[in-house]
Amino acid sequence: MSKNLSRRGFLKSAAATTAVLYVGVNPDGAAAAGSNDAMLNPFVKIDSDGNVIAIIKHFEKGQGPATGLSTLIAEELGVTMDQIGFEFAPSNPKLYNNLFFGPFQGTGGSTAMANSWTQYRTAGANAREMLIKAAASSWGVDDATLDIQEGIITDGVKTAPLGDFVVAATQIAPSEAPRLRDASEWKIIGKEATRRLDSLIKVNGEAKFGMDVHLPNQMVVMIKRTPQRGGLVVSFDDSGAKEVKGFIMAKSLPTQHGVVVYAENTWAAMQARAALKVEWDMSEAEARSSSEIREELMDALGANPVYNVNKVDQKTVASKIDTAATVVERTFYFPLLAHAPMEPLNCTIEQTSGGDIVLHDGAQMPTGPHMAYQQIFQLPQEKIHIKTMLTGGSFGRRATPDADYQVEAGLAFVMTDRSRPVKLVWDREDDIRGGYYRPATGHKVRVGLDADGNIAAWEHQVAGQSIMKGTAFESFSVHDGVDHSTVEGLADNPYVIPNMAIGLTDTEKATSVLWWRSVGHTHTAYVMEVMMDMAAKAVGRDPVAFRLAYLEGGDKDARRKADVLKLAAEKGNWGSPADGNVQGIAVHKSFGSFVAEVVEISGTPADGIQIEKVTAAVDCGIAVNPDVVRAQIEGAIGYGIGHAMRDQITLDGGAVEQSNFPDYEPLRISDIKAIETHIVASAEPPTGIGEPGTPPSAPALANAIAQLDIWVAELPMSDRGISFV
Amino acid sequence: MTIPINLNGQIHTVKAEPGTPLLWVIRDELKLTGTKFGCGVASCGACTVHINGEPVRSCQTLIEDVDGAEITTIEKMSENEVGAAVQQAWRELDVVQCGYCQSGQIMSAVGLLRENDKPTAEEVDEYMYGNACRCATYQRIRAGVLRAAEILEA
Repeated sequence: MSKNLSRRGFLKSAAATTAVLYVGVNPDGAAAAGSNDAMLNPFVKIDSDGNVIAIIKHFEKGQGPATGLSTLIAEELGVTMDQIGFEFAPSNPKLYNNLFFGPFQGTGGSTAMANSWTQYRTAGANAREMLIKAAASSWGVDDATLDIQEGIITDGVKTAPLGDFVVAATQIAPSEAPRLRDASEWKIIGKEATRRLDSLIKVNGEAKFGMDVHLPNQMVVMIKRTPQRGGLVVSFDDSGAKEVKGFIMAKSLPTQHGVVVYAENTWAAMQARAALKVEWDMSEAEARSSSEIREELMDALGANPVYNVNKVDQKTVASKIDTAATVVERTFYFPLLAHAPMEPLNCTIEQTSGGDIVLHDGAQMPTGPHMAYQQIFQLPQEKIHIKTMLTGGSFGRRATPDADYQVEAGLAFVMTDRSRPVKLVWDREDDIRGGYYRPATGHKVRVGLDADGNIAAWEHQVAGQSIMKGTAFESFSVHDGVDHSTVEGLADNPYVIPNMAIGLTDTEKATSVLWWRSVGHTHTAYVMEVMMDMAAKAVGRDPVAFRLAYLEGGDKDARRKADVLKLAAEKGNWGSPADGNVQGIAVHKSFGSFVAEVVEISGTPADGIQIEKVTAAVDCGIAVNPDVVRAQIEGAIGYGIGHAMRDQITLDGGAVEQSNFPDYEPLRISDIKAIETHIVASAEPPTGIGEPGTPPSAPALANAIAQLDIWVAELPMSDRGISFV
Repeated sequence: MTIPINLNGQIHTVKAEPGTPLLWVIRDELKLTGTKFGCGVASCGACTVHINGEPVRSCQTLIEDVDGAEITTIEKMSENEVGAAVQQAWRELDVVQCGYCQSGQIMSAVGLLRENDKPTAEEVDEYMYGNACRCATYQRIRAGVLRAAEILEA
């Protein structure tokens, strides 16, 4: 829609006879409504039968936005959760952008609810007001006397199903600032009874994920990729592949990063790829091993940092530590980690009879592949369409700055005559070995404590592989050379710590690195929280009381952080574990939310540790769907703890050593016996929930293990003499 | 070659080469996509189906080895008492997150409850160990199996 087209003009042009009401905002950000979705940005559509559909601009990888954003619409409109369905929005960076990302549609940084909170409620409220005005006009009553409840418009006397006024409502202009329902009126937001809208289809096999796309006459392609990053195809021999029934052809990617195998079905593609022989040019490829990468990081920690992150005089801080009564010092190392979502990467691409390109994809950042496809296919944006599928997890992997797997599929398709759709499938080995890892990172910390046992100074050095530098996202995250995603959780930590100096040095990337559930907080929270415990122990203080001393008297963030710490300690029986058990605690703010966790364990490192219980307290502002919040905390704890226990990606001569779940072992059901989550009641706007449960989980476990006299400063724990039952 | 298979109560004649895993026949030939591909090495359980009522990893079951067997997939689970109870429990507790592993989880849970109608939490953990969930919905999977046992007892 033209930016110059006025809302009035646009509404006039909308066909009044179509019995569907769409409400949203137009590309100028103004409220808009009408009956033609092609001209609008609808967040809710209602037909004259009263069917209400929320249009979800975020993808659903299990973290709950389909339910959450539908909740906002249902609440404001006045329907129950049984009366609303959802559809995923098409790819359109102007209409469906993430309000925190600029003109870019995408899900990440635990922003789905936070950026949609006002937008979706406003859309629902506008739909309600338009329907009410239509009804009031028809009934000849004051619209202030009308409301919609459970899908019924009523003034207390007359009633009508909301579908009855859909046609009339399309003629009513939406308001710039519709009345949002007061919290006291809420029937769904914050209520326990709400169940997920995607639950039924995920228990009966009906849910369609990207992997489940079957287009008529499609080919399945798999790619034999370079075993070391930077390797190039010299030649290949497909004589073995030709013996496989169902093999169609093999072609080298134009990037020379791999050979595409085209086949009639998935099993044939797997067999044919296994039979393919490729000669690689490895002269420019990554050849380092993990031990060398670790050494580079440690060397960087031994030198002066390149960046002074918080501009505190580092020499002054160092001298305060040198003269402190007690000094606690530790060096930490975090390995590369794969995301390993349950559904291996895939997408399917087809060309319509009109020459448009359609991508079927669990698209985390649709704008990325959309822009890439404009280049690959030399087509304008409007000739490219992305159908967002349900997604079997991501943890960050499905959003890469270079749209890696979608570009692979695009290149595989563009090398054909386009008469047959192409479905790209990765297997688990591709996933584990296919790059894009949580960066390997080292920290070196010295904490000086005075004679009274208080922190006098804190010197903190980080050496890591920048995620953002050299990508399209650099300007979002990198300022004065500092990639914030490497030091988040340190520089912006709500603790009020005197004389804290933070230094950073970037090292060369061992392989492609990427945000991984909670990004920099995966390591910064670990180091902060383990150091807090080490410092408390060094001066004989209780870890909870010690932390509170650096939160009380702080700002609102510090108070919220202190509150979750106290709540977790109370609910987790801090200080009173069951007989034979020990406890550890950690607290962290990330993505606007505050989470504290108490981990209680039994056993010994030698005979095996059992995680008996994790007690979490979370403040994420208004918990729109409390049970989804709890589920996310449970999952985030499992994700953080599982990897800390026993997972790492290692390189041998540049090649990834792990390949599948047997050597990249997922958390299993018996690893954590119980998780209990407590939600802080809040009137603050909602903040993140997909990630914030992860950062405190591993350090809380480490602090529990430290009660058995082993401080784990390098992960995974299984490599440091810790066994688990 | 063409092979007859007995799946969800119907005989289907499918085209597949010997050595083809049952998983790919179910997904690519019969286009029943509730059964998932997760690892291909029997390490995650996403591909679990029932063969003669027993949970089996379909990624490691060759098509030529299921001749004469009754194969059941998630799409048919609501039609038996135990399957329906597990699905009901899963919905009451909102077990699912991404949902990709949940067909396999449910197929295993049904297998457990058919074998042991009153399992303890420890027995659930032992039986369900091989079903991975990267979203880590395990607390609810455990609670879901225990809840399904209650539903069946009632």
